[in-house]
Amino acid sequence: MKALVKIMPKKGVLDPQGKAIEKSLNQLGFAQINKVIQGKLIEIEIDSTDEANAKKILEDASKKLLANLVIEDYEITILKGE
Amino acid sequence: MEISVIVFPGSNCDRDIAVSLKKFSKQNPKMIWHKERSLPKSDLIVLPGGFSYGDYLRCGSMAANSPIMSEVIKNAESGAYIIGICNGFQILTETNLLPGTLIRNRELSFICKNLSLKVENSETGFTHKYSNKEIIEIPVAHNEGNYFADKNIIDNIEDKNLIAFRYCDENGLVNDETNPNGSKNNIAGIINEKGNILGMMPHPERATDKTAGLIDGEKFFISILESIQ
Repeated sequence: MKALVKIMPKKGVLDPQGKAIEKSLNQLGFAQINKVIQGKLIEIEIDSTDEANAKKILEDASKKLLANLVIEDYEITILKGE
Repeated sequence: MEISVIVFPGSNCDRDIAVSLKKFSKQNPKMIWHKERSLPKSDLIVLPGGFSYGDYLRCGSMAANSPIMSEVIKNAESGAYIIGICNGFQILTETNLLPGTLIRNRELSFICKNLSLKVENSETGFTHKYSNKEIIEIPVAHNEGNYFADKNIIDNIEDKNLIAFRYCDENGLVNDETNPNGSKNNIAGIINEKGNILGMMPHPERATDKTAGLIDGEKFFISILESIQ
């Protein structure tokens, strides 16, 4: 099955890239845009038919490598029917 | 004394550090490819600067999981001295041998210049040849050198005097204006509580040869080599 791991900077961690994107968008005239945070989205195919088991494996992978828990939070979404 | 320099794909300061170590120790360090699963007995292990694994995912995150790293961690736990410079510092935080992490520079630009540092703790195995609060000039070259940790960790580092170097100006002034990359409390280098592991963003190996300009890195190498003798 397929899954997505979304990794976002923790609240309060400086996100200079998000800030730069926000500034560029404002300069392009998107005055309504006032908060941009940049993270990462990782698509993963996993050999498992059991959703709970897949989630458990991805939790482990997120903690060990995909996210740095000092500065990032992660969220796992199993893509149904893929 | 036995010294090992770990070489990762994308390391680019491994030769520079080997030259500096040889200059002061009169012997060649062993260059160890990251895929090795055993490490020769080492009194000092260096994780050099560079762009291991192209800085993919997060700087140092892939290298932290290289086969050799479990040996490095084992040696660190049994008291060997470990130095991580620049990308090496990033790898040390990714392996949790040092607390915190290094994020993108505040101004989003790669910084490559000579900077003033204050030797904040001159009683470590890495800095004892410097005088206390000595101001030195050492080059930096990094994109992700912005030291970050939560308040508890920063307080602990401050309370236990674990900051080896801080960014400052040539007069030793430490403030936001003399902070090149946004690092918490102008932190440029830290040690662990046991005092055998040091991580720093600046490159002392680029300041050991008069013909190349700076020489303030000399006392760094003399300190650590004396410590492992």
